[in-house]
Amino acid sequence: MSGLLEEMTEKALAKNVPLSVQLDLTYRCNERCVHCYLDHDDHGEMTTAEIKGLLDQMADAGVFILTLSGGEIFLRKDFFEILEYARFRRQFCVKLKTNAIMIREREAARLREIGVESIQISIYSHRPEVHDAITLVPGSLQRSLDAARFLKSQGLRVIFANVLMVQNLQDYPGVRALADEMGIECTLDPTVTPMMDGDRSILRLGVDTKTLRQVFRDQELIGDADEFCAIPDPVESSALSALPCSAGHTACYVSPYGDVYPCVQFPLVTGNVRKERFLDIWRDSERMREVRAIRLRDLTTCSSCTHATSCTRCPGLAFMEGNMRGPSTQDCEKSFARTGIPSANMLAKKQRPQDLVQIRVAPAQSQPTRAIM
Amino acid sequence: MSSLYVARNPRVAARGLDGEMMIMSGRDSTLFTLNKTATILWQSADGATPLKEIVESKICSEFEVEPAEALRDAETLARELANHGILQVSEQPIAQNLSGGESQ
Repeated sequence: MSGLLEEMTEKALAKNVPLSVQLDLTYRCNERCVHCYLDHDDHGEMTTAEIKGLLDQMADAGVFILTLSGGEIFLRKDFFEILEYARFRRQFCVKLKTNAIMIREREAARLREIGVESIQISIYSHRPEVHDAITLVPGSLQRSLDAARFLKSQGLRVIFANVLMVQNLQDYPGVRALADEMGIECTLDPTVTPMMDGDRSILRLGVDTKTLRQVFRDQELIGDADEFCAIPDPVESSALSALPCSAGHTACYVSPYGDVYPCVQFPLVTGNVRKERFLDIWRDSERMREVRAIRLRDLTTCSSCTHATSCTRCPGLAFMEGNMRGPSTQDCEKSFARTGIPSANMLAKKQRPQDLVQIRVAPAQSQPTRAIM
Repeated sequence: MSSLYVARNPRVAARGLDGEMMIMSGRDSTLFTLNKTATILWQSADGATPLKEIVESKICSEFEVEPAEALRDAETLARELANHGILQVSEQPIAQNLSGGESQ
């Protein structure tokens, strides 16, 4: 984050302004990525008028950075109408997330005319047989790369977003090399997110700790490995007043159906813009306030963890594990892979192995015993 | 006597935050913040009101500043913002183009 943006974010935090919002325009998609967390059926997307009304409300609330994502945003026939409204009527700084397979020369030129800050394209491998096996759409890598070239030729900023999974774990250097060759930025995310309905079966696609440890020592990727993987300094008590992340503080997420969440990865509905004003939800929703009140010192287990201030702990992933103040096991594993030091959560789990497989018949009129904790 | 007109460039991203404007250039995504005086200038830059009138009615009325000096500063600021692609400056009134077209 640039110094000036950091300064603005601090100011937004102090004034309770939602500086940044991700708005998913649709969950429909023309790819079927094996690791996707969404239900792609249309359960009643907001209309063009509803979205324009929401953009008005968000602009009035102070939202500056608007990320339009999905699903595949170009599947909405009114996509350019919405984008033009966001840019020219309400002056948002717009970022796009797309698979780009519907972007040809004409669409790239139009995006240039309208002006967007960046276009993030999902690229999982430099090899079609791997990328297309993840998207389940033959020819999708070629189409996405063609689109990236059209966008670059228009002078637009393009970012490749790669997710590290068992299917493509050998290929991230190839994606990076391809991005370098095309003059494109590249990100790599080792986190596979559970389905929004809570189904965690797709987590099996994520890489194991041993692989992650190798990735975290790849100097080409992370720079100074000794610094990146350093054992964290002891946590000072003053650091425990820090916020867990920006979710609900300066950022939030709105679904195609108008549900407002603290973050795209935090499926706690705090209100719906079809029923309430965006700003009322942002300011007054009890759930949003609850998320906003949490400080590092309030986290069960994590507040006493060696990694407390250096961990990438995602409160949304913790919420999906059952407790928004609890640990996010995936982030515990990342901290462990990075430093070799187990998290407080991992140590606590080791100390109660008998709880892990415990099948008993619950006596009548008592709460059922959980078999897996 | 200055007959300069100023208009906001519709290609930038802009939002007010605590009395100041955040502006992101449409050319290269550089982020700027405008202080309170520059924010008044930005918000008044409709392409139709002469800069001199903006300075007299919006800036001199708000701040204790001598009109000629304020106008000189405003002209310098307007040309600087124009160099960054944030404002359009002309000696003729500027038609606001909400479809976003811009000559760069």
